[in-house]
Amino acid sequence: MKILVCVTSVPDTITKITLTDNNTKLNKAGVQFITGPYDDYALSRAVELKEQLGGTVTVLNVGEADAEPVIRKCLAIGADDAIRVNAEPTDAYFVAEQIAAIAKENNYDLILMGRESIDYNGGQVHGIVGEMLGIPSISPVMKLAIEGTTAKITREIEGGHEDLEAGLPLVLGCQEPIAEWKIPNMRGIMTARTKKLTVVEPSGNDTLTQISSYELPPARGACKMIPASEAETLIKLLRTEAKVI
Amino acid sequence: MSVLIFAELEEGAIKKSSLEAIYYGSKVAEQTGTTATALVLGEGSADELAKAGRFGAAKVLHASETRLNEGNALAYASAVAEAVHQEGATIIVLAKSSLADSMAARLAGKLKAGLAANVIELPDLSSGFRVKRSIFTGKAFAITELTAEKKILTIKKNTITPEETDAVAPVEAFKPALNDSDFTVKVTNVEKATGDVLLPEADLVVSAGRGLKGPENWGIVENLAKALHAATACSKPVSDLDWRPHHEHVGQTGIKISPNLYIACGISGAIQHLAGVNSSKVIVVINKDSEAPFFKSADYGIVGDVFDVLPRLTKAVKEL
Repeated sequence: MKILVCVTSVPDTITKITLTDNNTKLNKAGVQFITGPYDDYALSRAVELKEQLGGTVTVLNVGEADAEPVIRKCLAIGADDAIRVNAEPTDAYFVAEQIAAIAKENNYDLILMGRESIDYNGGQVHGIVGEMLGIPSISPVMKLAIEGTTAKITREIEGGHEDLEAGLPLVLGCQEPIAEWKIPNMRGIMTARTKKLTVVEPSGNDTLTQISSYELPPARGACKMIPASEAETLIKLLRTEAKVI
Repeated sequence: MSVLIFAELEEGAIKKSSLEAIYYGSKVAEQTGTTATALVLGEGSADELAKAGRFGAAKVLHASETRLNEGNALAYASAVAEAVHQEGATIIVLAKSSLADSMAARLAGKLKAGLAANVIELPDLSSGFRVKRSIFTGKAFAITELTAEKKILTIKKNTITPEETDAVAPVEAFKPALNDSDFTVKVTNVEKATGDVLLPEADLVVSAGRGLKGPENWGIVENLAKALHAATACSKPVSDLDWRPHHEHVGQTGIKISPNLYIACGISGAIQHLAGVNSSKVIVVINKDSEAPFFKSADYGIVGDVFDVLPRLTKAVKEL
């Protein structure tokens, strides 16, 4: 089993977003970067599958040099080697193009990634990669088992889930509970330092979207407190004042 | 040049979010001096197809194919791409959904189109084609310019308030070429809650957290939801503990919702939870801890015991 896991380096989930440079940039000062939580699920399942079936796990990141701590952590968790495409991941089509270019050279059985990156929430890259490679893409995947050359998958749908069967190769966008997050141990951290991390330059420059500026959501007005003894008033206010029921 | 809107069917009816997308698409068509075409895939009744016209479509394309009755993202994306070429469409609008997300990405790959997800306003055409989209799960917005000739927008719920007219749009039969290669993923089993309001589609949501103390206490949440015709949701710890199914989990790593009303019961309001719900129009927080951070992001608050307050609210709703 030859698995490619695509990971993002994103601000920690507890980050309070602030802006800089006249609202044209996100302020990175003091922000802790982590592996995308959904990508972490994908990586953990990939390492489990490797332990079960043999094979290799390669980690791929499209990002600048400051993403390397996140890549090293992925190697510490159990990936065998890593590739970083040296470019700022600003547009989904561009990122997908980089992943597809590497996938075309390497014939992976599975290409896993998170259902979406938690910064831009596009959830597009797996679908575009699947299209570029001419293979199915499935997301969000909650369970994944491999039997021979068939993948048995549970996918979340609105109001429930569905079970699917598909032949390999596949591109999958993953989410919990596909695996328990793996935490690197000391041996993993030590061996990660010497694992191969190849840096390649991007191919093509098809950027189809461009962010011109950012905005923060307007603050909500003060919260109107209703004493518990008069809780019923809430329902009246929702009808007459807020007009939502 | 035209605007093409994908109208998604749910049990034979056009989803409410898709009616909003049709209306949105008709407004984009007005802005760009062209017309809006709605595309319906799968068997749908004449009554349902007529709705597309009443919400702003100038024309309806309908592919009444049994093979398209199941929402297959790959086959759907191929069919939409074919309709885009047939109609000469340059702007494609989809209401964000589990199916539409997967379709939009495949479509962007097929058409080499710029894709903006989670759009929350009509485009600004004063300089190029710019949209405002929600990023960081609603913690910020990015003004994004789409520079490719073809543009795909997925819009969030409550982006625009649709208006229904008595307009009648012609319905044309559409016969997409169905490729067997789009049908290689086999669905072996589907488990889906029936009869309930689907959470991503719901206008009103009643949500509860660990303050409910255990899954056996969810009756008071469901009763209030039923009285309001609301969907039920839960916090991440509740889904992690298996008190409630994962598809009810709202928050940064769960479903992101933007209903008209979100009632949070016994949820403290961690930043990751707020991220998934902060674009709700009105937020009500009920918590016995007056220091719960959620009160700072709420419009209405009650400091009280959910076991006392919820049944009284249910009764008050029934007496309206």
